[in-house]
Amino acid sequence: MIEPMDFLLWVRGSLFDVAVTVFVIGIIIRFFEILSLGRSKDLAEAKGTEFVPGIKTIITRTLPEQGTFKRQPLTIIAGYVFHVGLLVSLVLFIPHIELFRQTFGFGWPGLPNPIVDAAAVLGIVGLLAALWNRITNPVMKILTDNEDYLVWVLTFLPMITGYLAYHRMVNPYPLILGLHILSIELLMVFFPFTKLMHTFTLFLARWYNGAMSGRRGVES
Amino acid sequence: MTDRKAETLGAILRKNGVSRRGFLKFCTTTASLMALPPSWVPTLALALEQARRPSVIWLSFQECTGCTESLTRSHSPSLESLIFDYISLDYHHTLQVASGTAAEAAREQAMHENAGKYLLVVDGSIPLGNPGYSTIAGISNLQMLKETAKGAAAIVAVGNCAAFGGLPKANPNPTGAVSVSDIITDKPIINVSGCPPIPVVITGVLAHYLTFGKLPELDQYNRPKVFFGTSIHDRCYRRPFYDKGLFASTFDDEGAKKGWCLYKLGCKGPMTYNACATAKWNQGTSWPVESGHGCLGCSEPDFWDAGGFYNALSIPIGDVSRNTAYAGAAGLVLGAAAAGLNRKTKAEAVRNHGKVSIDDLEKPS
Repeated sequence: MIEPMDFLLWVRGSLFDVAVTVFVIGIIIRFFEILSLGRSKDLAEAKGTEFVPGIKTIITRTLPEQGTFKRQPLTIIAGYVFHVGLLVSLVLFIPHIELFRQTFGFGWPGLPNPIVDAAAVLGIVGLLAALWNRITNPVMKILTDNEDYLVWVLTFLPMITGYLAYHRMVNPYPLILGLHILSIELLMVFFPFTKLMHTFTLFLARWYNGAMSGRRGVES
Repeated sequence: MTDRKAETLGAILRKNGVSRRGFLKFCTTTASLMALPPSWVPTLALALEQARRPSVIWLSFQECTGCTESLTRSHSPSLESLIFDYISLDYHHTLQVASGTAAEAAREQAMHENAGKYLLVVDGSIPLGNPGYSTIAGISNLQMLKETAKGAAAIVAVGNCAAFGGLPKANPNPTGAVSVSDIITDKPIINVSGCPPIPVVITGVLAHYLTFGKLPELDQYNRPKVFFGTSIHDRCYRRPFYDKGLFASTFDDEGAKKGWCLYKLGCKGPMTYNACATAKWNQGTSWPVESGHGCLGCSEPDFWDAGGFYNALSIPIGDVSRNTAYAGAAGLVLGAAAAGLNRKTKAEAVRNHGKVSIDDLEKPS
């Protein structure tokens, strides 16, 4: 059986190097692919501009849409609660910032741990609510495919193991810290090749949507 | 020598001017360290008073003598060291080194006279690469350990080297160093890890053995749970600063002066299980975190290879910055190649783009 400390050394060592390599190369290739393929040339005559509608759509698609909110409130609420919770616990927890600082040479101030902890709980609850919504809502159920469940698990594991590690609820600590890091590495490896890529492409996609509609003279 | 061996520990302590009160104080301290209820103090005192001095053979292999220094010097002349003096330390080659063959003879005598009953204490790792890397009186470490372990009642592996391989085993492990438990599998082994271990932890383990005639409860690394059961982080007096998000960023900034958490400066307290935060060092004077330096994690296996001592625990062991840069460069090259292929595909698509008129479509096929 692998010892917890050996396991921790492994996930903090060579496995992390592998995960970072796949993650970085994967993301860059995906961007090159998206940008170099572009969209096929629209031969029709332009009926409007691209720039302003593109920017406008980046903003409108980021804010909750009223119609959707009325019909599917849980989709909106769980989505926001989860994303805010995830972002706060990811980029404002001091041990995470230290990793960014080591990687890129700069950091930023973090939040006190109890606030990050609360955000993490919100994130976990939001994610569970989103899953509940996917399973129980008939429309969501039709729209959900296996990849959605995969990325849900890949996102949930780091959050729950991080929560358990922070509260030291699993003994010995190296085991749960190791599992937390391993779950991140899984996330990083799958990231570029699944819809998790939306983290980086969301504004680009919203721009495309707005610009294409603008060019055709329709509202987006 | 034989006469003194027959004497009980209590008699020897009294002869050496240790008062009953002083002895009971030691028993109380030891009992609380071992997390025994106060009602156990008289039992402990009685057992220790009546204990015959067990024969102890101390073997030192690939080590730096830090463990021995920690035990023999830092607590002298405390009661702990008296207890230590009054076990029958029949062989300790570092302390007996000038005695030459006489020391080896003493070891063999102790082994014969107390066969099956003596305690074997080992510090230092054992090289498997080449027996010549470390020898004592011409005997290789491996051979001496196997020989001496045969008749031992139990083995106490003192220090990270004996317990886990320690510094000699650190990457790239030039001597092929291994721990005691990698070689001896048929004897009870208790690992008292640390670099060096806390002196009272050793005396506590020995006292436990004298009192109960068996080894204390052990964790998954065969360390006594009473001393290695909680992490440094959980018992750290600086823990409230960790929770509040108040960290020292350098060793001389405002945070360091105010005694804030040392996580950012590489403290490995969260992953380290040891008694430093409660037992402290130098007769309870201080311990590393109290003196302003993060925990190195010295009671954990392979702590030498667990990344930079001054890197936060969340930072991976490898050079993550360099890896990211290399991966980024590789990504750019591969991405550019993919873009080149895409360009070709698109150009081909444009070339093959045929114009179709209404007339073409209406032609019968």
